[in-house]
This record gives sequence, structure tokens and C-alpha cells, in this order.
Amino acid sequence: MRATTRPLARLPFYVLLLLLTWVFVAPLLWMLSTSLKTNADATRLPPSWIPRPFTTEAYVPLLSLGSETPVLRWFLNSILTATANALLVVGTSILAAYALARLEFPGRRVLFGLIVGTLFIPTFVFLIPNFLIVNSLGWLDSLWALIVPGAGSAFGVFFMRQFFTSLPRELEEAALIEGANQWQIFYRVILPLSRPGIATLTVLSFLINYNDFIWPVYVLFSPGSFTLPPGLSILQGAYTTNYPVIMAGGVLASIPAIILFVLAQRHVIEGVSRSGLKG
Amino acid sequence: MRTQGPQLQSLSPEPRPIRRAGRATPYLFLAPYLVLFGVFVVLPALYGLWISLHDWDFLLPRKPWVGLRNYQNLFSPESRDFSDFWQSMRATGLFTLFSVPFLVTVPLLVALLLNREFPGRTFFRAVYFAPYVLGVAVVGVLWRFLLDPHIGLINQSLSATIPWTTDVPWAWISLVGMTVWWTLGFNAIIYLAGLQDIPRELYDAAKVDGATRWQRFLHVTVPGLKPVLLLVLTMTLLGSANMFGQSYLVTRGAPANETRTAIMFIADTGLRTFRMGSAAAMSYVLALTLLVISAFNFRLLRQEDT
Repeated sequence: MRATTRPLARLPFYVLLLLLTWVFVAPLLWMLSTSLKTNADATRLPPSWIPRPFTTEAYVPLLSLGSETPVLRWFLNSILTATANALLVVGTSILAAYALARLEFPGRRVLFGLIVGTLFIPTFVFLIPNFLIVNSLGWLDSLWALIVPGAGSAFGVFFMRQFFTSLPRELEEAALIEGANQWQIFYRVILPLSRPGIATLTVLSFLINYNDFIWPVYVLFSPGSFTLPPGLSILQGAYTTNYPVIMAGGVLASIPAIILFVLAQRHVIEGVSRSGLKG
Repeated sequence: MRTQGPQLQSLSPEPRPIRRAGRATPYLFLAPYLVLFGVFVVLPALYGLWISLHDWDFLLPRKPWVGLRNYQNLFSPESRDFSDFWQSMRATGLFTLFSVPFLVTVPLLVALLLNREFPGRTFFRAVYFAPYVLGVAVVGVLWRFLLDPHIGLINQSLSATIPWTTDVPWAWISLVGMTVWWTLGFNAIIYLAGLQDIPRELYDAAKVDGATRWQRFLHVTVPGLKPVLLLVLTMTLLGSANMFGQSYLVTRGAPANETRTAIMFIADTGLRTFRMGSAAAMSYVLALTLLVISAFNFRLLRQEDT
């Protein structure tokens, strides 16, 4: 039964792991490799993993702001929107979650129930009415439409409330006796202890906003105001037969998400499993 | 904002309530969030119902009240949207039917694999999760290329000319396959967390009783995983019913709208042809369908418990 002592017996296990690794990594490597090819090389048969020659020419049309498909500009728009949205989500939900987790007030339970209840409404229900609300705010075709509406999400409040609730009461008792007010307790006691939770929520909110597809596809119209997700779909239409350019767009769009994931990998994965399980 | 001085309270001999804040304090903390929540969550949830009861064309000044007619139209075969809407519902249903079994079982196998103690476990966990952090836009354009019938890597490695994106059943296989590739890690991580919550002693006890590996899986792992299983199943069902980007980017609904999902049709009706009343009604019909299925699920799995 126990195979741990004999390395040979573990071989099939590792082969399986590496096979799976290849399945997950190969498409991404292929995207990177194709983005460094000439178009002729990308369509050459049989396909080769190594570009001959290595070239960055596919990236050139993407990085010029004057082109029909200014990927660099979409990239900056995406970073700007996702950052602003994440700050807004985190800022508003830590305040609200603190009140819901640590303060007594009439209506607390009902309010929390209402907020959590909205997590069960499928997002597509909000598509049409939010389009009209955003339109009456004059935000159609502007990045405001991507920054503000999603920040009302219940997820951030729910997530941070779970985190705050787990902190021991004695900490704020002590601060209270020393004469601290609610704001000081929140700012000096609770926040410093919640850094891991706040970091996780920041990264998750950034990724959710950065990767959102359906909403930006329908609320942004002019290529200058696009973010990467609708941009990539335009890019695919504009370069139907030139896969190196499309793959270069994919590589550029993946970079921030991959970097963020590598830096915060442990937190992101733990955040997912924690938020999932307590749902 | 600050009412009674805390110094005074600490002098009083009576035990204080745990939290004494100014009456307005909690609401001040809540205010910024509640503004966003009210305007972009509560308001649209109700506004959508209102829209669905009107003949609401975004581009026309008059939006006459039509009562339930938008809903009735969805169920009367002679109406304009009937066949398109139900074809898109069918596409969503088929995608859910094909993808959920894989998305519930394959990640469990991966989680069982990763639940063993071995060097490099964290690394493999991260690798399998990695595609999930990429958006559907990247995943979509990438798979459109991999599945290209002529120069795509998949047909090239198989030396075949399978029409992965333009014909059924291939289009379904493509959509399900890329979705499994993309989201497997997410479900696997949730399973893994669930597996680690099952007390080790239960396994040890089963071993002492002479249970085989398979028996331990069946009598310790599966019951211990039941709440997680229910969670994964529910989230996956909701996710599959929300499918949009894969069809939009990879098959573009082909062949002949066969893979155009309900969300795609709703978004097109409401946000491209601006018939928002009908689109809103469709989204509530879909939401209600999901609600019924989820409720059914909960009941089913809870009954199995007893």
C-alpha cells in the first residue's frame, strides 16, 4: 500500500502530474511562441515550437497608438480601470464590513442578509437595467462605466466581514479603554491586522474587473475607450489571418494577470477556497 | 459622531456592552458602500422588472406599458422571439448538460491527486490554477487559434481536418473542452480545501478497520465532501448558464446559431437591437429557471443525506 519509500512506485504519479502540467502550459507556450513568429512561420507545416526567425514584429502594430487597434492604449485603460475599481471595492467594503462585523446597530442582520442575498442573483439580470442607469449618468463609452458599477458588489463586503469577524474582541476592548474612538480602532487596530485579507481582496477584485468581458463589450463603443477584453475581440476581427499579431495581443493582455498571480499566488488560491467554502 | 466619552464608561462599575458607538457611526461606515449597492444592485434588480413590463425600445421616446406581454411572447410560438430565444436556451442547456459532469468530476480527481503529500505540491497546484486567472477574452482568442481547422495546433497534431468551430458536435466538444481547461483549477482548489477539512482520524480509523483505498474514498471522502460537492455543483451550474465569451469568440454561435447561448441572445436583443423590454423579460425567465434547478439540486442532495 505505502509507496512513499520506493521512488519507482511513485513514477506513474509524477508522470501523470507532468502530463497534466503539459496540458495546462502548452497552449500558453504556443501563444507566446506564435507571437514571436512571422506570419509565414506561424502557418508553416508542420508547426514548430521554436520561431524561425525570432521576431517581435507582431508586437509593432499593437504598440502604436495611432493604429486601428491601439492595444497599448487598451492595456493602459485596462490597468487604470481595474486599479481604480479594486481601490473602490476595497475602500467601500472594508468600511461597510467593519460596521457589519464589529458594531451593533438596529437592522444589522437584515442589512447583511440583504447584501448576501444579492450574491444569488445571476449577474445577467443586471445587464439591461445597469446599461440604462449608466446611460443616464452619462457614462456610456467611458471608463467610469467599468470603474463604478461593479464596486457595489456584495462579494467584497461578505469576504471582509468574514475576515473581521475572526479577529479577537480583546484587541478593541483594550483600545477602547485607552480612549480610542471607532474610527481609531478601525484604522489603528483592525486594519493593520487585516492586511492579508485586504491584499487578497485587492488582487481578486483587480482580476475580476480586468477579465470582465460581456459588460465592456456592450458599454464601450469607440476603439479609443476600449479595454483589453473587447479590444482582443476587435483585434481578432481585424487580423483574422494574422495569428502572430492576435497572439501578441493575448500575451500582452496576460502579462498583468500572470504577474499578479505569481506574486500573490498563495493568497489568491486561499482566497478562492475560503470564499467558496463559506458561501 | 463621537458621543459618550469612553473614559467615563471605563470608570463606571457596570459591565459595558461590547460595542458602544455613536448612533450614526455604523451608518457612516456603511454609507459609501450603500450608495453603490443601492444604485447598481438594488435599483437595477427592481428597475429590470419594471422594464420587462414595458415595450422598452432604448431609441424611442415612448415606452408603453404592456403588462406581462413580453413574458407571454416568450411562450407563444407565433411571436418574434419565440424560436430564437428557446434555441438559445437550448444551447445554454446543452452546454450545461455537457460541461457540468466534466467540471464536477475531473477537478475532483485532480484534487485527490494534489491532496497527497509530495514535494512540489504548491507548484503543481499553481500551474493547474493558472489558466483561470486569464480572462475569457485571452482564452477565447487563444483557443480560436488552437482549434483553427487548417493551421491550428490541435488538427496539426492529430493530422486531421476536424471543423472544431463550425460544425456540431465538434463545436460543443471545443466549447466544453476549453472551458474545462480554463476553469478546472478553480473547482479543484475548492475540492482541495474541502478534502483538507476531513479529519485525518477518520481515515486512520477506517484503515484500522481494514477498509481498502476505494472503500475509504466511498465512506469517508465522499460523505465528508458532500457540502463542498453541493457548492461546486451549484456554482458550476450557474457558471455554465452564464456562458457567453467562449461562444462569442470561438464559435460565434455557429453553426446557424446552434451554439448561441441565452446570454448572447439576451445581450444582442437588449443591447444591439435595443428591445430592452423583451430582453429583460428573457433574463428573468432564465434567472427563474436557474433558481428552480438550484432549489431542486439542494433538495436532491439533502435527501440523499438521510
